[in-house]
Amino acid sequence: MKRKKPQKIEKKEKKKGADVWGRGGDDWYYSDTVKEHFFNPKNILLDEPKEGDFDAEGEVGSVACGDVMKMWFKVDPETKKIKKLKWRTWGCASAIASTSVFSEMVTEKGGLTIDEALKISPQEIMARLGGLPMIKVHCSVLADQAFKKAVEDYKEKRKGK
Amino acid sequence: MKKRIYLDNAATTPLDPRVKRAMEPYWEKIFGNPSGIYEEGRRAKEALEGARKEVASFVNASPDEIIFTSGGTESNTLAIFGVVETKLPDVLKPHIITTKIEHKSVLVSCKELEKRGVEVTYLSPDKDGLIDPNDLKKALKPETVLVSVIYANNEIGVVQPIPEMARVIKNFRKKSSGVKGWPHLHIDACQASGYLDMNVDKLGVDLLSANGSKVYGPKGIGFLYKRKGLKLKPVIYGGGQEKGLRSGTENIPAIMGLAQALRIVKEGGVKEVKRVSKLRDDLFAGITKKVERVFLNGHKTKRLANNLNISVLGVEGESIVLYLDAMGIAVSTGSACNSSDLEPSHVVSALGKPVEYAHGSLRFSLGRYTTKEDVNYVIKVFPDIIKKLRSISAIE
Repeated sequence: MKRKKPQKIEKKEKKKGADVWGRGGDDWYYSDTVKEHFFNPKNILLDEPKEGDFDAEGEVGSVACGDVMKMWFKVDPETKKIKKLKWRTWGCASAIASTSVFSEMVTEKGGLTIDEALKISPQEIMARLGGLPMIKVHCSVLADQAFKKAVEDYKEKRKGK
Repeated sequence: MKKRIYLDNAATTPLDPRVKRAMEPYWEKIFGNPSGIYEEGRRAKEALEGARKEVASFVNASPDEIIFTSGGTESNTLAIFGVVETKLPDVLKPHIITTKIEHKSVLVSCKELEKRGVEVTYLSPDKDGLIDPNDLKKALKPETVLVSVIYANNEIGVVQPIPEMARVIKNFRKKSSGVKGWPHLHIDACQASGYLDMNVDKLGVDLLSANGSKVYGPKGIGFLYKRKGLKLKPVIYGGGQEKGLRSGTENIPAIMGLAQALRIVKEGGVKEVKRVSKLRDDLFAGITKKVERVFLNGHKTKRLANNLNISVLGVEGESIVLYLDAMGIAVSTGSACNSSDLEPSHVVSALGKPVEYAHGSLRFSLGRYTTKEDVNYVIKVFPDIIKKLRSISAIE
């Protein structure tokens, strides 16, 4: 899945000691945070979802591009916050890690509203991962796009209600 | 460092300690420039020519048919550019025949020559990775100056029917209206040299590339066999070493190492080939017994003894490589995520399988130091890794 490489990074998004846009073109080393999320991914959907488990789902990527991502979420009707966000991905380490970290960002501390979650940028995901190898940046951070798809689905489903 | 199981011998091999010992005197003691006519130079020259003899005998050639280079890539480059540039004055638009499953050093050289006006035909393999000599026959024409084929493929290990291809070319030469002696047959034998027959006469080849880094020799050294009488233009110019075909002071320690490495391969003989292929077969059987939807890439028997290339469906290759790495096992993948251009393996893709096969491809290349215990360990940990990665996968 190819996406345009953002031109410039906001300084505030840079973490100390971690270059958000990776560590050089050919470098394959992943940060400890990437490794943690890759080897122990959070919020994986293990079993097929049952009716009512989730409010919406979204899918992006293609087998041809080498990354496929699916995402499901449920909103708390009272607080309007996302209380559950699950995902599955077929892809490389950075695709897995970036989705895992996104799922944490959306659901931690009581969860974000849909509008808040939509504001999470690929740069923020990468900053939290402690950077990604340069070559991976443009193709493997798909979580925000999968989420947008799921939000479209959410809005579509609520139209009739 | 904890024990590692290195199964990427097709990428490169560790230096055999016996090779290291053979190189030892040539750093400080016998360090001279072989071009010197004094004692130091003469001793270096003597060593160089001894090694050349050794390498020549490995491929059943005569010593003056061996050109030392900096490795496989340079040997391939010299063979391809060297032949084409020699033919340029005689033929307006030279034609090369190669295959879709060559090493990048051949493919990219051919792409460059296309930009310079050379015509290139890329033969397609069948689903098992084999090139049909009949396809070669059909592609030959009077302008064909070179046929370049990878003897044993570096990714899927498939061994091409080189003697049959040589016969096709020989027959064509007899009948051809083109220039006498055309086209020449070059093979890239870098992967093959550790396991296959390297007799250039039996193979019927005119040019053959091989190197040290795949046969437990040093890196940065290789050679090109060039049949006597075949004209070649150099790609590196200078002091005229290697009969003017490869200028630059000879890398004597590495050349001595290469000669010793090939001597050891020869000693290992069929026994080592059998040992490694048995381990390879056990590995494949062990994996497929416990993991479903695993498919072999490349012909089942016409392949290098040490090569196992499989596609694991539903899982992406880089993820498997990194999970195996964490368990102490080194293998490689043809996944796009593991390449500098983000394209999946051109070799697995050329087999005509869906793109998922390339993304989920894994290459285990065993070697001299691979043991039964190593293989058993891989068989033990592999199923759980695939189970875990499949459980988080978005596709079936």
